[in-house]
Amino acid sequence: MTTMDDQSVGMSYLESFPRKFLRVYLPLGLIIFFLLFPFYWMAVATFKPDAEMYDYEKYNPFWIVHPTLEHISKLFFDTDYPLWMWNTVIVSVSSTVISLFASVCAAYAIERLRYKGSRYVGLAIFLGYLVPPSILFIPLAAIVFQLGLFDGNLALILTYPTFLIPFCTWLLMGYFRTIPYELEECALIDGASRLQILTKITLPLSLPGLISAGIFAFTLSWNEFIYALTFISSSENKTIPVGAITELVNGDVYHWGALMAAALTGSVPVVILYSFFVEYYVSAMTGAVKE
Amino acid sequence: MAVMAEPVAAQVRRSSLWSRAFESRNCLGAMFMVPAIAILILFLAYPLALGFWLGMTDTKIGGAGRFIAFQNFVSLAKDSVFWLSVFNTIFYTVTASVVKFAIGLYLALLLNERLPFKSMIRAIVLLPFVVPTVLSAIAFWWIYDSQFSIISWVLIKAGLITRYIDFLGDPWNARWSVVAANIWRGVPFVAITLLAGLQTISPSLYEAANLDGATNMQRFRHITLPMLSPIIAVVMTFSVLMTFTDFQLIYTITRGGPINATHLMATLSFQRAITGGNLGEGAAISNAMIPFLVAAILLSFFGLQRSRWQQGGRD
Repeated sequence: MTTMDDQSVGMSYLESFPRKFLRVYLPLGLIIFFLLFPFYWMAVATFKPDAEMYDYEKYNPFWIVHPTLEHISKLFFDTDYPLWMWNTVIVSVSSTVISLFASVCAAYAIERLRYKGSRYVGLAIFLGYLVPPSILFIPLAAIVFQLGLFDGNLALILTYPTFLIPFCTWLLMGYFRTIPYELEECALIDGASRLQILTKITLPLSLPGLISAGIFAFTLSWNEFIYALTFISSSENKTIPVGAITELVNGDVYHWGALMAAALTGSVPVVILYSFFVEYYVSAMTGAVKE
Repeated sequence: MAVMAEPVAAQVRRSSLWSRAFESRNCLGAMFMVPAIAILILFLAYPLALGFWLGMTDTKIGGAGRFIAFQNFVSLAKDSVFWLSVFNTIFYTVTASVVKFAIGLYLALLLNERLPFKSMIRAIVLLPFVVPTVLSAIAFWWIYDSQFSIISWVLIKAGLITRYIDFLGDPWNARWSVVAANIWRGVPFVAITLLAGLQTISPSLYEAANLDGATNMQRFRHITLPMLSPIIAVVMTFSVLMTFTDFQLIYTITRGGPINATHLMATLSFQRAITGGNLGEGAAISNAMIPFLVAAILLSFFGLQRSRWQQGGRD
């Protein structure tokens, strides 16, 4: 068996470098270039003075001759951008926390309490995951308006969980399933209540799942657009994606520099968070599909 | 210990209705479900039902509507813009999904090779999916600018074209442009999830095939594809759902223009319902998306059924 393994690994070494270059590295490099170019272009436009931005004859568009912070300072001091950033943070954090709490309870009840009909409830929650925001936003707008939540952070904090809870519950159900039942039975015999079991045994053991669900939920709410666009009307209540696209365009005048600066600075927090938790993020994304 | 030693009778006497509820699975289960179910019923199930109702009324923003049965659908059936948006949605979904699947699978196979810095490359590949769609769409908007498009500039310098391409001004150019942006955003999702699937395929299968003298193509056709098909079905369902109901990319890059050439059903419903104020008509357009979505979900469900049998499991 070991010789077999050795041989199959050895076979790939037989491939000459030029051959592997053509077969793997070159296409991989091209695809990665295609995937990363828009970010490069975003960054270049952010730090490029207007004079260079709109003059491709004198300056090579791929490079910056005189880097400037004028777009970023315009964005931070002449627009409501800091408020949008603040709103985005508040909304993302609150809706993530609410969703995690609700999902932990629901997933635990479905997986471990196994009450009557829990399987069907689990299935129903999964189906909720398949309902896209694009068909919900019109009736939701009517409901948000009726409840008097229109044009406030609360409208988003309460509606984002509709796509976060199904996802988180589903993911956490998978994690809870991997925890041996015997641990809970031992705790029950020792006289622990269900709540104690949940907080002292199940949750600590499923911490990776909690982090995965939390990170993914946070990025999803940071990225959300259609609800924020529909439910928010005044500039100071907008989130970054909505603010950038509605407030930085005056009629036909596009402030490209400021737009790009908003795109870049709005992406950076998510990317930093993502870079710390790549493995968790990937396991959340693929876990949702693998089940 | 003292509690354990207490006589059973005393325990029973002390157990109030409240503590008995805590011991019953069903009661406790129901209590645990309250937060999730409350939010999902109020903001998911109820709006879904309300959407059906709104689609059959002539509700305007700021006014109550009358029940008009299927009148919205009748007028939509005569509306050429609506049919154009249906065509665009199908075109957008089909072309983008096919290309996303092809590039995504290819990229997954490449990433499954022995590579240096593999996990870093994987992290980088996923970036377009992580970054807020609207913000990356702004970058595409600038890339497609009619006067300062970098693509046109490069092609002119290379001597391939003589005039700047009007990416977003011409209907077909605009359609292909938004499809390209959607592919850019969707490929990482497809690639990384398929990669996760590839990594679960046992290497011994390939070794056995090697011994039998299978070529690369045969190994791909007879091992990789069948083993991957359950995950392909799920991934492509999600991808199709996301593409079909896409809103952000179109709204950011073209707002449905030029002359409605890139309006998807989602953007058209937003325009009619929120911008135009006709909530009823917009809801009717949203509702018209549902049969397509159900069809996509059912298709993948039957795809899954078949693949379970293929893997030698029980039917």
